[in-house]
Formats: sequence, structure tokens, C-alpha cells
Amino acid sequence: MELKGRHLLEPLNFSVAEMDDIFELAERIIKNPKNYAEVCKGQLLATLFYEPSTRTRFSFEAAMLRLGGQVIGFSEPNSSAVAKGESIADTIRTVACYADIAVMRHPKEGSAIIASKYSDIPVVNAGDGGHQHPTQTLTDLLTIKLEKGSFENTTVGLCGDLKFGRTVHSLIRALLRYKGVKFVLISPEELKIPEYVREEMKRAGADFEEILDLKAALPNLDVLYMTRVQRERFFNEADYIRLKDTYILDKAKLSHAKESLMILHPLPRVNEISTDVDSDPRATYFRQAKNGMFVRMALIMKLLGIE
Amino acid sequence: MQIDGIEKGIVIDHIRAGYGIKVLEHLNIDTTKNTVALIMNAISKKHGRKDIIKLQNIDNVDYNVLGVIDHNATVNIIENFERVEKVTLQLPQTIKNVFVCKNPRCVTSIENEPHIFHLFDESGRYRCEYCDNIAEVSQ
Repeated sequence: MELKGRHLLEPLNFSVAEMDDIFELAERIIKNPKNYAEVCKGQLLATLFYEPSTRTRFSFEAAMLRLGGQVIGFSEPNSSAVAKGESIADTIRTVACYADIAVMRHPKEGSAIIASKYSDIPVVNAGDGGHQHPTQTLTDLLTIKLEKGSFENTTVGLCGDLKFGRTVHSLIRALLRYKGVKFVLISPEELKIPEYVREEMKRAGADFEEILDLKAALPNLDVLYMTRVQRERFFNEADYIRLKDTYILDKAKLSHAKESLMILHPLPRVNEISTDVDSDPRATYFRQAKNGMFVRMALIMKLLGIE
Repeated sequence: MQIDGIEKGIVIDHIRAGYGIKVLEHLNIDTTKNTVALIMNAISKKHGRKDIIKLQNIDNVDYNVLGVIDHNATVNIIENFERVEKVTLQLPQTIKNVFVCKNPRCVTSIENEPHIFHLFDESGRYRCEYCDNIAEVSQ
């Protein structure tokens, strides 16, 4: 289980055992962060963010800084040679000359795969358009593991923009490897999961249903994964306006859910979770965001071969 | 209509009617230098109608391309007006730069990278290596 030098482009790049290894390290970091405060001293993380980000970029930067390493990068492409029309291939080849590990977010699907083909250093996909977001999946899985203990025999509801929701696509891929996971996919017709995700679920023999009604689904869910309808993924503003408020989780709806329900959200939210839900003990999304930093610390260490 | 047999070359027979032009286009045969016959809507006992391509003095074509566009076509190698070999086409596992990904959100729409697809299922659907978009590339 050598993760040193590997790329993380989508969740299946790592086996279940390799992911468990990362979670185990993340849990050790959570318990004793000071023990890891200097393990990446002298190492440099490059953050290549072609698209806006708060949590993912900050959590990667915070993760590297908390490990004693340093960070370089850009947070919007206009401040780099990308604005001059440089290709992903040339950008990553250059960055690989300076940094030890690179994290990339890009609006186009499959961009991190191109970067990985030209890179001598590990490339981590921090979101490629509406495609995949594997480090959010690590965050989601660690959160479920910490709070529920196991992924198996869980009914997971995924609600909102399932078409362009890269976090949803990655989470489904990862959860398909565990036994007894039932998926309830809640979305308007226009934002259903892409064909390739549906095919993967069918091939895996997954128990899943695609429905429109969040309220009807709530009583049976162990985990509810809410997502934002993403304005930036629509070519047509009118479609975004029409669909953006399809699902709003509020206290009234939550009264139909189990007491043990876990509400996750990759954040940022707009208004799909009413703020009156934040104080409910079932609201897990801010703890989830914190776990994101710890799991990225573990990931960086593993990819750099440091422990 | 009478089209002569060829002395040496390749005859691609039983192409789905209407797909002959597409096959010829993707085979990248230089039609300014080679003798090529494209027969469209020929009568077929098996399929009702079919297209046929005859390539004079050409001894090799890209079978991957043929396999993708119409893997039910038959390829006959001809020497001295006789068939000396029959090639069975298969759907290739991977195809490169035969088709472009039609997903406007795919990174290949903006980066100068090869368009690579992997066979997704035996019905001839292929998956883009980059964006996972599933395409029936023969359509």
C-alpha cells in the first residue's frame, strides 16, 4: 500500500484499504495534531485553482501549513501564465519543477487527468468541472466513519444537483464498494445523475431509486447529502433560476427524518439548507468541513511518502 | 450496375447501408492517388441493403476504425482476383483520435490533447477517458 508519488484523480484510484489507511492517519492527526506540525518541513504544495474555491483551497493550504510545509499557487487563472493561453500540460510541467505536490481545480471535466499525464509529482484533483471531486469524498467518508462508525448497511439520500454535482459522482463511486449501501437520488428531472454514474450503479448491482420528493424520502434516510444547484455549471441562466430553489431543507421537513440522520453538505450552501437547521444536532456539515482539513493532511503525507 | 472486381486490394463488404461514406472518410484513404469504389445501397440477401468499398492496391487499413463504425462489416483481402483472407472485425478496447468527445464541458474541448475512448459495453458504446461521457460513437 504505497501511496507515495501516486495521483488522486477520482476515488477509485485508491483501494478501500488505501483509503482506510488515510482515514486511520487522519484520525491520529485529529487526536494529536502537534505530532505532525513539522513532518512536511521543506516540502512545497502548489495550488492551481482555475476556478473559485474557499474550502478546498483553504483546507489544502491550511493542511500543508499545519504539517510544516509551504504553499505556492494561484487562485484565479488571470494572475498566471494561463491568461496567456498556456496549456495544462505546460503549466503542470513547469509547476513540477518547483513543487513537490500539486492540487488542481479546473472548470473542465478531465483536466486533472491531463495534468497527471505530464507531471512528475503527485497531482490531486480538487474538482474538475461537474465531474469528480475525490478529496471531498475522502472528507465525506471520514465524517461518516467518525460519526456512524461504518458505511455498510446505510441508506444515503443525495439531493439537489446530481447532474453537475461532482461531489455526488465521487461519493457514489466510493460508496459502491461497500456492502448494503442503498442510494436514494432526489433531484428534478433536469438534474438527474449522468448516464455514466447510473451505468456504474447498475453494474455494481446497487440498490438505488431516483425520485423527485425530498419530504417523502426523508423518513428512511441515515445520511442526507444536500448539494447546491451550481449557477456556474449552467449555460443558460434561466434554467438555473428555474431550478435553484427546488429543494430547501428546513426544520419542518426535518421533523419527518430519523433522530439519527446525518446531514452532510460539501458547502458552500446558498439556501438549500435553511439556517434554522444549523443548530440541529443532525447538521454535520461544519464538522465535515473541519474533517476536510485533517483528511487532506493525511493525504498529503501519504502522497509525499512521509510518516 | 456493374462494378469490376479488383485484382489486388481490400473489399469491405456488408457495411450498414448509409455508412460507406463515413467509413471511407475515417479510413483516411488518399482518393486522389488510389482507385476506390464506393457502392451505396447495394442489394444484400442478408440485410436488404448494404454499402461496399473496394480499395485497389491497398493492403492495409485501420481495422480499429472499421470495428468502431461497423463491426458487422466484412473485410476481404484480395490477390489475383481471389479472396485470400477474411478479417473478422471486433470492437477495439481503446480508440484514439477517431472521434471527438461531444461533451462541451470535457477538457478536450479546450486543450490540444488526443481524444481517447474506451469500450464501455458490447453494444458499441465508448466512454471518454477524460470526462466519462458515454457515446455511441458509431451513430
